[in-house]
Amino acid sequence: MAWKYSEKVKEHFKNPRNVGVVNNADAVGEVGSMVCGDALKLSLKIEPDSNKILDAKFQTYCCGSAIASSSALTEMIKGMTVDQALAVSNQDLAEYLDGLPEEKMHCSVMGKDALEDAIKKYRGEETDAHEEEDEGKIVCHCFAVSDKSIEKAIRENNLKTTEEVTHYTKAGGACGSCLGEIEDIIHDVRARMEQEQPSQPKESKQIIQKNKTEEKPLKQGLTTYKKIKIIEKLLKEEIRPSLGIDHGGLELVEVEDNKVYVRLLGACSGCAQSGETLEYVRNRIEEELGQPIEIKDLA
Amino acid sequence: MDISYFDNNATTRVAPEVKKAMMPFLEDLYGNPSSIHDFGGDLIKYVDVARKNVAKLIGASHSTEIIFTSCGTESDNTAVYNALKNYPRKKHIITSKVEHPAILRHFEQLERQGYKTTYLDVDRDGLITVEQVLEALTPDTALVSLMWANNETGVIFPIKEIGEALADKDLLFHTDAVQAVGKIPINLSQTKVDMLSLSGHKIHAPKGIGALYVRRGIKFKPFIVGGHQERGRRAGTTPVPNIVALGEAAKLALEGMDKESQAIRELRDYFEKEVQTKIREIEILGHPEKRLPNTSNITFKYIEGEAILLRLSNENIAASSGSACSSDSLEPSHVLRSMGLPFELCHSSIRFSLSKYTTREEVDYLLAKLPEVIDNLRKISPFTPAHLLE
Repeated sequence: MAWKYSEKVKEHFKNPRNVGVVNNADAVGEVGSMVCGDALKLSLKIEPDSNKILDAKFQTYCCGSAIASSSALTEMIKGMTVDQALAVSNQDLAEYLDGLPEEKMHCSVMGKDALEDAIKKYRGEETDAHEEEDEGKIVCHCFAVSDKSIEKAIRENNLKTTEEVTHYTKAGGACGSCLGEIEDIIHDVRARMEQEQPSQPKESKQIIQKNKTEEKPLKQGLTTYKKIKIIEKLLKEEIRPSLGIDHGGLELVEVEDNKVYVRLLGACSGCAQSGETLEYVRNRIEEELGQPIEIKDLA
Repeated sequence: MDISYFDNNATTRVAPEVKKAMMPFLEDLYGNPSSIHDFGGDLIKYVDVARKNVAKLIGASHSTEIIFTSCGTESDNTAVYNALKNYPRKKHIITSKVEHPAILRHFEQLERQGYKTTYLDVDRDGLITVEQVLEALTPDTALVSLMWANNETGVIFPIKEIGEALADKDLLFHTDAVQAVGKIPINLSQTKVDMLSLSGHKIHAPKGIGALYVRRGIKFKPFIVGGHQERGRRAGTTPVPNIVALGEAAKLALEGMDKESQAIRELRDYFEKEVQTKIREIEILGHPEKRLPNTSNITFKYIEGEAILLRLSNENIAASSGSACSSDSLEPSHVLRSMGLPFELCHSSIRFSLSKYTTREEVDYLLAKLPEVIDNLRKISPFTPAHLLE
């Protein structure tokens, strides 16, 4: 654990600004719950004519970075109009704090969600935060995250992987049983995003940082012959050299549909880690073929 | 300012005596005990003394029952692996839900390889019963692996009773005693355990040394293969300085156990008594008596664990939590969840663990700072009821 946080996060954590509840608040926004492990309550004093935020206070139940990001958010939005405040993005907030660890991004999302909730209520657009939740379907039952929330996080932060979704929403961070479903949602939402903006895909910093992790296109509908070619190449160029160091080796015996039969040779056969070796080989073949396989050792 | 250290279940300070004992082997006595020449070969006698001291600490009948490893995790992994090699046809293994990841992750991996697993539930006090273990047995069971004492709560399992009950069964019984060794008396000549894991850095030896006890007569298949060190049971160059250190730490632990654990218990109990008068709405977790003398796991309602730890860290106080934000996973402590604690309390729990080096001054300093930290965070929390803030 320790301090993975920036100096600014630490400072806001040690001396949080604007803690508490605004007297006679004009708007109150709430997200999260104690069960989820994090929650945020934001109260605002708003001048009716100018729609200017005169005062903002927060209360939170969460980790250090949630306290810091709530404190920062209240500092940022004080003096802004309601519209200006709504335009504050998660990235703005993270930048204000000189960055947040990626696994803590859900904390800054939470601040923004509470702000939106407060302003919606102020404008009379929504009466109950739960109503919005009800519209969506709960995907992550551990942290009660709906598909709507996940879609929103994907769109606003240009998320591409399940890992990023977990960092931003917590969904999938506990038991992990919904990760498959999250992957489907990402696929779905990104497809729709492409359609919506066919000519100019939105490039954010995220993309620039992450273009190395672009997934390989799936090689669907491979013939057995091609599969063998691919696997042989992988064995020759990567797997055998690495096993060779251990005076071991690996022979490809047969490929049938999704079943790959191999034989572990030399020191690898009967070695304490042979289960792990097979697991590693299976993973690499799956990555290369772009489809799940079963692997059997005939040794 | 000096650190006030309440994280001894994570790791401990190296005892000055231990450091002194190992130093010659970091200086002039650097030989390899596997060597033909006397300069190296003679060092084996120091390794043997250490082995005897470790055997003595856990009441093993023969020092050859001790195999030195690199850490508790390696000992655990080796024990599980060995049980499966002893019973190649059996495909069922049993453990509890509150084990260390060194066991749990290994079991999950074995599951994927086709093994059937049973994870025993614990009760609200963190305990299991002998009956639960017996009920889970099948003719196909190869291994029962249960921790002696829990790292998060300090709750002590009835290992002696379970050992008795399993004695006539055709399987192996392993215990992860990493947290128990050196803190409570262990006598394997009277406890029917087949394999036991221990770790040096929990008992004031340095990190990087552990041991596995394997009862004489049990077949052993090495987990790490290579040279013939440790009588062919654990390959890898003999880490003489670390082994000597573990031997010295074991000797000190045994000599001081009665007096020290009494003193630690008194300090822990004093802390728990005082903290309850100073801070409202807290709960001390785990069975009140069947618990290590040094461990105190407390939930502070309405606030989140990581925030507490960071605030304590600001005050130079080291403690830890198994709760959400402290680890890479967002899931609250699996130990507390298994005890049936509601999610929100699992997020709010902090573990304080003491050692023989913990002073009354440190505890008083903690008692002076903790109420302020808790109070401050409760003021920030939206869930804190008004009456707690008055």
